[in-house]
Amino acid sequence: MGEPAIKLGGNHKSRFLDKVKEILPEGGNLDLCLTCGACSSGCPATGIGDMDARKFLRMAALGMDEEITKTEWVWHCTMCQRCSYVCPMQINIPQLVFNARGLWPRELRPKGILGSCDMALKNDTCSAMGTNEEDFRFVVEDVLEEYREAQPEFADMQAPVDKQGAHYFLNQNSREPVTEPDEMVPLWKILHIVGADWTYGSKGWAAENYCMFMADNDAWKHIVEVKAKAVDDLGCKVWLNTE
Amino acid sequence: MAEDLRYVVKKVVGEENFIDMSPNRSNNYCCGGGGGFLQAGYPEERRQYGKMKADQILATGAPYCITPCHNCHAQVHDLSDIRGHAWETLHLWTLICLSLGILGENEREYLGEDLKNVAVYGA
Ligand code: SF4
Ligand code: SF4
Repeated sequence: MGEPAIKLGGNHKSRFLDKVKEILPEGGNLDLCLTCGACSSGCPATGIGDMDARKFLRMAALGMDEEITKTEWVWHCTMCQRCSYVCPMQINIPQLVFNARGLWPRELRPKGILGSCDMALKNDTCSAMGTNEEDFRFVVEDVLEEYREAQPEFADMQAPVDKQGAHYFLNQNSREPVTEPDEMVPLWKILHIVGADWTYGSKGWAAENYCMFMADNDAWKHIVEVKAKAVDDLGCKVWLNTE
Repeated sequence: MAEDLRYVVKKVVGEENFIDMSPNRSNNYCCGGGGGFLQAGYPEERRQYGKMKADQILATGAPYCITPCHNCHAQVHDLSDIRGHAWETLHLWTLICLSLGILGENEREYLGEDLKNVAVYGA
């Protein structure tokens, strides 16, 4: 096919692949590839930057750690898991990709993801857009007020923040309160009509978690803990995430 | 879960107006908004990834595509826009409220011209 030959990076054992194997159940089956190509043939990221799932796995298996660390393709695979579903050996390629993301120096990971994660770490709302507790409460109350007045059938509709003991704790993507608050309303209406007992939390309401996408495990854990605590503190039974 | 959503969508739009894309269920493809791609700053690659989803949507011939989360909504909306706004992209909540007759005029950002003025609540 005229492609340049791939040079192998010495004969040391792949430290990256072995490390990932250690943390996955069954080692993610990472050693079992038959090179059948089912993974890459059904993957939308195939060919982007001349990379694909099978090739990526082969590179890891061959110990090409330096190339693995550098390929931007790890940010083009969405970790959707389709490849694992179709793989005859159920090889966990998305986990390999996730851990390869973690090899990047933190400050060099994609700015948009990094910025969103860092913003979410700033306060307990976990909002990737940096919306704080007061601003969120203000938007919700303001929009609710407006709709209650304009649409009489919904005069007693609720959109509670921090309602102790509510059954459902509802998350909300930051983009709605910040850029298109009217889009929150249809969901409120549905919850109102079915008589759901729900609440937002002033803490932990933001649905997104870019720290997870960034493969920053400590930050990811922090975000999940803050959100879980918010649910527990309000004594809610079900945590609803719209993402 | 996905079957529950199929049930809801069929109830809301009518069985005869529901078109599943192909392949579907576990064989379906990610739209390319996931995994942080939407924020990763690779618009060209993200759209290349999304071509598969765009072709799937176009193959249905449906004028509306329903997306389950905000990430998918933003990506699928963008995939439509770069094709001359080839289809409308909806949150399910919009459709549920429309079918119940409780969707107000400010909640119709993503409806096409054909439905913009249909059953406007409070009008
Ligand atoms: S589908 Fe599985 S076995 Fe086949 S090439 Fe991909 S990873 Fe290897
Ligand atoms: S997880 Fe990544 S490699 Fe696997 S099918 Fe999805 S995008 Fe492709």
